[in-house]
This record gives sequence, C-alpha cells and structure tokens, in this order.
Amino acid sequence: MGPLWVVLAITAVKSLVVIVALLTAFAYMTWLERRLVSRFQVRIGPNRVGPFGLLQPVADGIKLFFKEDFMPSGADRALYFIAPGLAMVTAFTAFAVIPFGPPEVKLWGVPLLQIANPNAGILFILAVSSIGLYGIILGGWSSNSKYPLLGALRSSAQMISYELGVGLTLVSVILLSGTLQLPQIVEQQTLTWFGFLPRWNIFVIPVGPLAFLLFLIGATAETNRAPFDLPESEQELTAGYHTEYGGMKFAAFFVAEYVNLVTASAVAVTLFFGGWDGPFVDQVPLLGVLWFIAKVFAFVFFFIWLRATLPRVRYDQLMDLGWKLLVPLAILNLAITSAIVLIWPSLGGG
Amino acid sequence: MSDYLILSGVLFAIGALGVLVRRNALIVFMSIELMLNAVNLAFVSFARQLNDMTGQVIVFFVLVVAAAEVVVGLAIIVNIFRTKETVDIDDIDLLRG
Amino acid sequence: MRSVLFWILALAAVGSSLTMITRSKPVHSAIAFLGTLVSLAGLFLLLYAQFVAILQIVIYAGAILVLFLFVIMLLHARSGEGSVEKLRLQRPLAIVLSLALLAGVSFLFLQAGLSEAPTPAAGMGTAEEVGKTLFDHFILPFEVASVLLLAGILGAVVLSKKESWS
Repeated sequence: MGPLWVVLAITAVKSLVVIVALLTAFAYMTWLERRLVSRFQVRIGPNRVGPFGLLQPVADGIKLFFKEDFMPSGADRALYFIAPGLAMVTAFTAFAVIPFGPPEVKLWGVPLLQIANPNAGILFILAVSSIGLYGIILGGWSSNSKYPLLGALRSSAQMISYELGVGLTLVSVILLSGTLQLPQIVEQQTLTWFGFLPRWNIFVIPVGPLAFLLFLIGATAETNRAPFDLPESEQELTAGYHTEYGGMKFAAFFVAEYVNLVTASAVAVTLFFGGWDGPFVDQVPLLGVLWFIAKVFAFVFFFIWLRATLPRVRYDQLMDLGWKLLVPLAILNLAITSAIVLIWPSLGGG
Repeated sequence: MSDYLILSGVLFAIGALGVLVRRNALIVFMSIELMLNAVNLAFVSFARQLNDMTGQVIVFFVLVVAAAEVVVGLAIIVNIFRTKETVDIDDIDLLRG
Repeated sequence: MRSVLFWILALAAVGSSLTMITRSKPVHSAIAFLGTLVSLAGLFLLLYAQFVAILQIVIYAGAILVLFLFVIMLLHARSGEGSVEKLRLQRPLAIVLSLALLAGVSFLFLQAGLSEAPTPAAGMGTAEEVGKTLFDHFILPFEVASVLLLAGILGAVVLSKKESWS
C-alpha cells in the first residue's frame, strides 16, 4: 500500500463516487417505483416531464429545494435539524463495507471496488443502521406532533424487534463462511459445486433458503417497506415520523429510506447471491460491478413489486411475526447450520 | 498510555457527578451507564498496555451486565411512574408503596 | 495522527458527557450520551479493539439507549424534575466530591508510571481473538452471563405486567 495520504485520497474519491451513484440511484428509484406501482395498478404514472417522465426526479428535486423551510410550533429546534441529517449520513455510511467488485482491482495496493474492509464487516452494517434509527426516533419526537411521535414509537419497537431476527440469521451465514468480512464471504461463494453449480449461500440446502427468507422478511421490516411500513402508514399516521417535515429536510429522510433499501438489497446479494460473482468475472474483473448492479436491481424491483402486491399487516401481527416466528426460526436455522458446519467443516471457511 | 486512563477517570467522575446532582431518575440512570463506560475504557486501555485480550473480553461482560441492568431498571422506573406520576427521585423517598 | 485523533475524541467524549448531565430534557441527555458512546467507540478503535468498538455501538447505541429513548417518550411530558432543591449543599458538595474522586484516580494512574504502549500483537482486537479468549478462558462466565440476561428479561416482563397474577 502507498503512503497514508494516498490511501486517504483514494478512499475519499471512492466514497464520493459511491455517494453520487447512490444519489442517482435514489432519484431514479423514486421514478421507477412510481412508474412500476402505476403499472401494477393499471395506471400510467408520471410521464409528463421528459420522455417517459425520465426528468420527473429532477423536477421533484427542484420543487423540494425551493420549498419553504418551515418548522412546526413547539418543535425541538436542534433535534428537528439533526434528525434528517443523521438518517441520511448513516444510510450512506452503511454502504461503505459492501464490496461491489472483485478485490483484485487495485490502485497502489488499495482495493478500488470496496470503500473499507473492517474486521467486523457485517456487524458494521448492523451498528450503523442502529444509529440510523435515531434519525427516525428523533425526527418523530422533535416534531411535537402526535402522528410523528406514534410513527417514531412504532419504528423503534419494530426495528429493535426485527434486528434480533436479522442478527441471528446473519450469524448462520457467518458460520457458513467462517468470517465476518464481506469480501471473503463473497470470495467463498465464487467456488462451484460439481464444477458448474455456484456455491452461493442460497443454494446451501436446507439452511441457505431459510436464512434468506428470514433475512428478506427482516430486511423489509428494517427498511420500513410495505407490507411492514407501519411507522409511516399513510392511512393511519398521515406520513408517520416525517409528517412535519418539508423541503430539503424531508428529502433527506426520503434519500435515507431509498439508500437503506439499496443497502439492504446489496447485503442480500452479497450474503446469499454471491455478490459480484458471475460468468466471465475471472477474465474481466470489472464485469463484477455489472453483475452486482444487476442483482441489486433485481432486488429493488422485488421490493417494489412486494409493495404493490401485499396489504399492510396490523401492528400486533407484525410483532407476532417478529417475535414468535422470525426469532424461533432463526434460532432453529442457527442450530441446523452449526450441526452442518460441525459435520462438514469444509463447508465453513474454518 | 496514561492519557487514556486519565480520560476514563474524568468520565467516571462526570458520571458520579451526574448521579449525585441530578434528580431525574432517567438521567441518573444514564450517568450510571456513563460510569460503566468509563470503566470499559480503562479495561480496554489496560488490554492495550499489557497486550492481553482479557481486558477486551471483560468489556463484553460489562456490556451484558449493563443490558440486564437497564432492562430491569427501566421497568422499575416505568412502574414508579405509573403509581407516583413522577421520576424525580426526591419524590420517591418512602419505603412503603 | 493518533494523538490528534485521541484529543478530538477525548474532547468530544468529555464535552458530550458534561452536556448529558446538565440538560434538563432527558431526550437531550440521551442524545448527548449517544455522542459519548460514539466517541468512546472511536477511542476503542485507537486502542486496537475493533470488535469491542462495534459491540459498543450495536449494544449500547443500538439497544440500550434506544430503550432509554423509548421509555422517555412513553413518559413524555411529565418526566421533568421538580424545581425545589431539597438539599441546599448538594450541588457544591457533589462537585467537590467528584473532583476529589478524579484527583485520587488520576494520582493512582500517574503513580503507576505507565510506559509507552507496546506494539500490539498481530490480530489484536479482531473478532477471532476476542472469540478465542472468550471461549478458551471465560466459558463459565459466558454461560452465567446468558443466565443473567434471561433473568433480566424475566424481571422486565414481570415488572411491566400491569396487574400481577395474584
């Protein structure tokens, strides 16, 4: 590796590129979601601004930028400002440990296709997302209004409950891989069985599919997506925790929500679908980035599809699902995984 | 190395000050957590000084104790609030309920 | 580099913890405490304790402090302090006592005359090393800790049940 300042400079450039990419992805995800949900509901959706409404995100951005910057009466001034920033910053930070390409692509010894590779890998994502929760709680509390407060309370209870299930599920994946670091987890999945079947974790019957299903349910709840979008359920809580927000501060919450969705998809891809693994990556390493983006896109599409298809659950159903189904199944899955890794140690990394 | 230890002493003293001065049960509780954290910092510093992982593992146990303590303690505070409508510890000076 | 980072984080930790014990609204205290926790995690990183730093955030910031906030919001408006100070000397005495505590502790630490920290062993503070130490030497305390957590869960459930079963 080069001197410290070279590493820092490369990291800064990488972060900047990723942030710009995520912001662009966010802008077009809002467009995509509106178009797709319209199609699912046999409507047309935004098609006025630019061809196919492609400039709609730009128009939305301009509108939000020039909106009046107001504050509800009795709001807690400092926290009202901090909350959206906290939500947005943590959403971006979580993406830092995700490898979006093979580690062989290097510049002065610094891997280019992952921002940082801490020893605690997956746990870093959990840690950062748990700080992101404060954005939602504080946003809801500081607005001094009943709907946001209810949204914040719901959100904190929901996210703590589901983090447990997701965490336990992640442990079984960690057991399968024998490491917490995401590049190594991907590296292991690039191997094959019988020479043709990729060794993606989803194909580790029976624990892989179960772990994936549990993770998917948990991730949907953690990102507050339908059918678990109770913190912002429009019919009961107006808009939930960000009811009292407008203009750029609302935009920050909005960005955080979509970036979290991308991160959740990216984590699912990395842990269960081989990350950047795909045909011809060995020959052309940069192709890995394309595979990665394609897989993440498939997940984003799936989440939008889910939203258009499923009705919202009741709050008690949500809690029942989390505590009485997700957690026990995750523990069961963990036990089976441990047994399998014990019997065939070659499966685990250790 | 002693700068880390002094810092942990400062944080511990601030936590103790919070416990002694504040009367809001929630903030007193947070001050106790701060003291636990200060001790954690001292443990990790000693682990670094002695090149021994034991200090870091102790932090893990402190975290467990803190979690159990907070869960029960907050339940008690909520219970007190239900019966007495206050979390000011000066108002909770009776041994009978 | 390290000492600059140390001073930034140390000032952040002391500043936010002082903020924590001086705010009148519990929510502000909790957020200040969040600042303390995050700066402490940074200090752990400087001390080659990566895994502990992450644990600190996941457990303290992600679970314990959220529980605090949850309770503060449930008790909402009426969770302030009464304005009457019952003990007049409490505040000055408390300050004197904590300063005395600080002086004593600092004296002890300086007395120990610690030298420069040695170069850390390879892999210090990684998840692997923590796991090895934990399960090689502390397996009984580890099991006891799980029982303690179970007791905590049961205690919370029993305490927060509205009416007792009797």
